[in-house]
Amino acid sequence: MTTDTLARDPASTVPLSQMDVSDPKLFQSDTIGSYFARLRREDPVHYCPESAYGPYWSVTKFNDIMQVEVNHQTFSSEAKLGGIALQDMQGGEASLELEMFIAMDPPKHDAQRKAVSPVVAPSNLALLEPIIRERAGFILDSLPIGEEIDWVDRVSIELTTMTLATLFDFPWEERRKLTRWSDVTTATPETGVVSSFEQRREELLECAQYFKDLWDKRANEPPKPDLISMMVHSPATRDMPYLEFLGNLLLLIVGGNDTTRNSISGGVLALNQNPAEYRKLMADPGLIPKMIPEIIRWQTPLTHMRRTALMDAEIGGRKIRKGDKVVMWYLSGNRDDEVIDRPNEFIIDRPNSRHHLSFGFGVHRCMGNRVAELQLRIIWEEILKRFSKVEVVGAPERTLSNFIRGFTYLPVKLHPH
Amino acid sequence: MPTIIFIEPDGAEYPIAVKSGTTARDAAVNNGVPGIDGDCGGECACATCHVHVDAAWMARTGMAEPGGMEANLLQFAEGSTENSRLACQITMTDDLDGLMLRIPDGQH
Ligand code: HEM
Ligand code: FES
Repeated sequence: MTTDTLARDPASTVPLSQMDVSDPKLFQSDTIGSYFARLRREDPVHYCPESAYGPYWSVTKFNDIMQVEVNHQTFSSEAKLGGIALQDMQGGEASLELEMFIAMDPPKHDAQRKAVSPVVAPSNLALLEPIIRERAGFILDSLPIGEEIDWVDRVSIELTTMTLATLFDFPWEERRKLTRWSDVTTATPETGVVSSFEQRREELLECAQYFKDLWDKRANEPPKPDLISMMVHSPATRDMPYLEFLGNLLLLIVGGNDTTRNSISGGVLALNQNPAEYRKLMADPGLIPKMIPEIIRWQTPLTHMRRTALMDAEIGGRKIRKGDKVVMWYLSGNRDDEVIDRPNEFIIDRPNSRHHLSFGFGVHRCMGNRVAELQLRIIWEEILKRFSKVEVVGAPERTLSNFIRGFTYLPVKLHPH
Repeated sequence: MPTIIFIEPDGAEYPIAVKSGTTARDAAVNNGVPGIDGDCGGECACATCHVHVDAAWMARTGMAEPGGMEANLLQFAEGSTENSRLACQITMTDDLDGLMLRIPDGQH
């Protein structure tokens, strides 16, 4: 890069009053970091008066984000106010009236989360661990050695789908339906995943019918440790209105899909970019449990969550007005050197690695965080057993999104021990 | 220095002596007591420091204040009971010397 292009680096030259960090292209090109670094330095609680998503606040420092997270009385997740992302949730035709507690405030949120949370409780997960491990091994064993493959498609998507299918005891041959429904749930016609809202609606109705059949079948079978069976047989959930059940089910699928998938890809890339860390890991696989939270911080699979102010408030000295859209940029907070030591380094045995924002905090803190960690731990244990290196052999392609931080393509070669 | 006795699900005991003013969460995390992650750093925001207060000590620690953030978070924690507290919300004093806190199974 010449000094000329450096001087014109828009991250450092754009006037703060015009700085808009919502452009999905900045995330796809992975250049967003320098914008956030400048905001943390110069304007940590930043107002953008005009954007494709309307006016919004950016909260960029770790501790300010924490203050928003724990103040759900002031900062609402309610879908009708716009919900949980920069892009407002849409009502009417787009919504199919599916309500999910991630976009509700207490007390309604609490009642629903309480009903569903036992299905991902650690004691239940322990029952599923051996099956997940066996299936992960099966997927890894079927990969070609020494040939270039797309890690995203062959491994990350496959492993994540496999885990979801295991959690739901979903018919094995049809498991990619889960991936499809997850993509469709969050899709709008602009994304290209569906061509119209009508198509989205039809596919979700098909999904609804499919799960209804599974629900009825499990209701007539003895209880098992899969999520559907648990919900069918638990007094807290068995009389749930069907659309509510479906909303909660899809929330589990969506919540656990892209996030975990991209953490699997992100870990491979991070270790390749930091060969000394990769060597450290190979020398001591016992570091895996410590490494997993570091991968999740490093990747920050969801760049942000959004809230809507229910009343006037203050964040980091700035006055927020009732009705304002407030975006908590986890990706920025996870690089805040006031809280995280050497935040721009990937360190697999970081002493305080669990102290990151990727799962959010407060009453909405990720309900599936133990599922995600379990899955990542098993996968890395099984990878290390089989391969001396998963080598990245070309440039990755990143997702065009300001919400999901991930990869669409990651070429690798596998090396045996 | 008051002592906290952490009791693991398998019955193993970890007596930890700390300065007055230290939270039970910091006592556990800084001394490597297994099962308490304390992910949020003690901000009452993650519920990974869930403990069951031994019945005999409940009168002195008190319950999580109903409707407060601590109670909000505890309602989602596995195995939550009336004796449940978040360890980051228990500050040690001489009065609490000998406090027994049980760590729930499978928290980590
Ligand atoms: C590395 C993987 C994951 C990341 C980074 C992640 C991140 C998040 C974040 C940021 C939130 C919202 C927090 C907030 O609003 O403050 C959330 C909520 C949620 N996540 Fe995850 N998640 C992951 C995996 C999973 C998995 C595997 C599942 C399901 C099995 C899941 C289910 C949920 C649910 C149900 C909620 C809603 C919780 C509520 O509103 O009370 N997530 N997640
Ligand atoms: S350490 Fe997070 S709630 Fe206690």
